[in-house]
Amino acid sequence: MSSESYIRRPNRPLQVYAIVFLIVLYVPVLFIPLFSFNDSIYVRFPLEGFTVKWYVELFHREAVWNAFMNSVKVGAVVSVLSTALGIFGAKAITRYRFPGRGPLVGFIMLPLVVPLIIFGVALLVLFSQMGVPLSLYTVTIGHMIVCLPFSIATLLPRFEGFDPSLEEASADLGENAWWTFWRVTLPMVFPGVIASLMLCFTVSFDEFIMAFFLTGTQPTLPMYIWGQLRFPQEFPSVLALSSFIIAASFAIVFVGLWINRGAHVSTIKGD
Amino acid sequence: MTSDAFISIRNVDKFFGKFQAIDDVSIDIGHGEFFSLLGSSGCGKTTLLRMLAGFESPSSGEIYIDGQPMSEVPPHMRPVNMVFQSYAIFPHLDVRDNIAYGLRKQKLPKAKRDEMVDEMLELIKLPGYGDRKANELSGGQRQRIALARALILRPKVLLLDEPLGALDKQLREQMQLELRDLQRTVGITFVFVTHDQEEALTLSDRIAVMSEGRVLQMDSPTGLYERPSSRRVASFIGTMNFFDGTVSGVNGTSVEVAAEGLGTLRLDRRETAVAEGDKVQVAIRPEKLGISDSRPEGEGGRIEGTLENSAYLGERSHHYVRLDGLEKPVAVSAQNKENAIATADRARPIWLSWNEESLVLLAGD
Ligand SMILES: Nc1ncnc2c1ncn2[C@@H]1O[C@H](COP(=O)(O)OP(=O)(O)OP(=O)(O)O)[C@@H](O)[C@H]1O
Ligand SMILES: [Mg+2]
Repeated sequence: MSSESYIRRPNRPLQVYAIVFLIVLYVPVLFIPLFSFNDSIYVRFPLEGFTVKWYVELFHREAVWNAFMNSVKVGAVVSVLSTALGIFGAKAITRYRFPGRGPLVGFIMLPLVVPLIIFGVALLVLFSQMGVPLSLYTVTIGHMIVCLPFSIATLLPRFEGFDPSLEEASADLGENAWWTFWRVTLPMVFPGVIASLMLCFTVSFDEFIMAFFLTGTQPTLPMYIWGQLRFPQEFPSVLALSSFIIAASFAIVFVGLWINRGAHVSTIKGD
Repeated sequence: MTSDAFISIRNVDKFFGKFQAIDDVSIDIGHGEFFSLLGSSGCGKTTLLRMLAGFESPSSGEIYIDGQPMSEVPPHMRPVNMVFQSYAIFPHLDVRDNIAYGLRKQKLPKAKRDEMVDEMLELIKLPGYGDRKANELSGGQRQRIALARALILRPKVLLLDEPLGALDKQLREQMQLELRDLQRTVGITFVFVTHDQEEALTLSDRIAVMSEGRVLQMDSPTGLYERPSSRRVASFIGTMNFFDGTVSGVNGTSVEVAAEGLGTLRLDRRETAVAEGDKVQVAIRPEKLGISDSRPEGEGGRIEGTLENSAYLGERSHHYVRLDGLEKPVAVSAQNKENAIATADRARPIWLSWNEESLVLLAGD
């Protein structure tokens, strides 16, 4: 008899399925770093030899650095603002009973399912009607719409997972709403906050469609890559840059998920 | 409101939507009193306690604490602290920071603060536990931390919501004693919620028995046990034998009742206002009934019946005696002294006896 319980017994078909799933999902992506180390400006087999010169070249291009810094700035502001809004949103959704709560949550999650091109066009029309010039600020606003659902979705389980009597206990011990938030609520949801910051940053950093409609003269990194695609001789550099973005995004998302692991387990309950 | 009442709950109602959780409750609790709210699940104990703490507000009526009306006072400004049913220990803080949580506003130097926490740890018999994480504590330890966290603020009132509910029997009895000691030592008013009648009897100065949002009776443990005012209270606290009866005569302070099974009884009682012809109930506790093989001598009532069933429990035995004209057998609880009667192996005649003072007269249901 094996000591494994029924539910934990290895399930061969499921494992195969998982592996096939991951291959289909990620192998195409893996071609990008593969060719970024290829010593040829053409993307084709056979590979012609290993080189890091495309990466080195990237470092010497000021335009890349500018675009990179633009993306970092936008990403930082977007992640902080979306997460802040997400915290208040998630708290309101979980702690207060009000009419129309269900529809409201659905409404906030809308950008996850409505094609972003619609939001992009809508915002572009709005900004031009209001006479707002396109700039990194308009991109930031666009990205916040994209990021808010991610932030709320990350934070909601955290808020749902912790016992509301902890906040009552704080009030009972003499702290008002503001101090209760700083001393109990925020520490309790903190892993979720970090995860939300990281997730929003990556989403903003990688986002193209909104940026495409809303960028002014200063491109974000994806916009810069898009611009470079017209020049065949630049393609290996684009691959190198993309590989870098993929690696960074993976790292940030994984760290975020790791920090936020166990959002529902008893470690964050009051008992 | 009476002048010596420290907490005064005046005609409080509470509605959740259309559902009435609290129905016209008025309670006065004295300074330094150990007061219990006793009732079965869902009768509104927690709701009443949460209104005292300020987490719910009365739909009508007013609550006064120390003479001040509380309706406009938010929870963090009230002179009460609560020990939650779930303890609500902050899991992100260690024991020391949990206990010191409410001290922030007093802006004490760290040394003074640590000293106070150590004192508290001493009081709750957990010295040296300051650096433990909240999730490294047992249920009983958490409960004591929750207590210390509230007590360190020297509240005028401590509210406890079934704080011993999660503990095993042995730990519970130990904590009951500790709670009672603690309450005497620190001398603050305790409002204690429980659905365990034994616990309420052991701990309280006074008990309010609640049912469906109302207070059925409010009295000392002895008062509740010896002089229940209704059949519901009588059956909620301990075991009670009930006999249907009719008032056959009222003569000054004494009442004559024709009780089914027991015959005609004379009670020198005036608490319950009755008139001739009223349907009433006569009740008696199982341990107030004497049981013997031969006809007992002396004063008081006696009747012969049939011993149907016995359960031997060591220190005492439970007997079930059938009387003529009664459907249910009468429960008798007898201490097993040297003259204990033999347990029933088959039905046999037996005598029951009682003192007139042990009979309780209740208005008919
Ligand atoms: N927030 C609420 N909304 C609606 N109904 C509620 C709410 N809180 C309590 N109730 C109802 O009020 C009644 C009393 O609840 P309460 O929690 O006071 O009971 P309790 O006496 O503490 O019971 P228990 O011993 O099970 O803890 C219950 O019927 C409950 O369903
Ligand atoms: Mg309760």
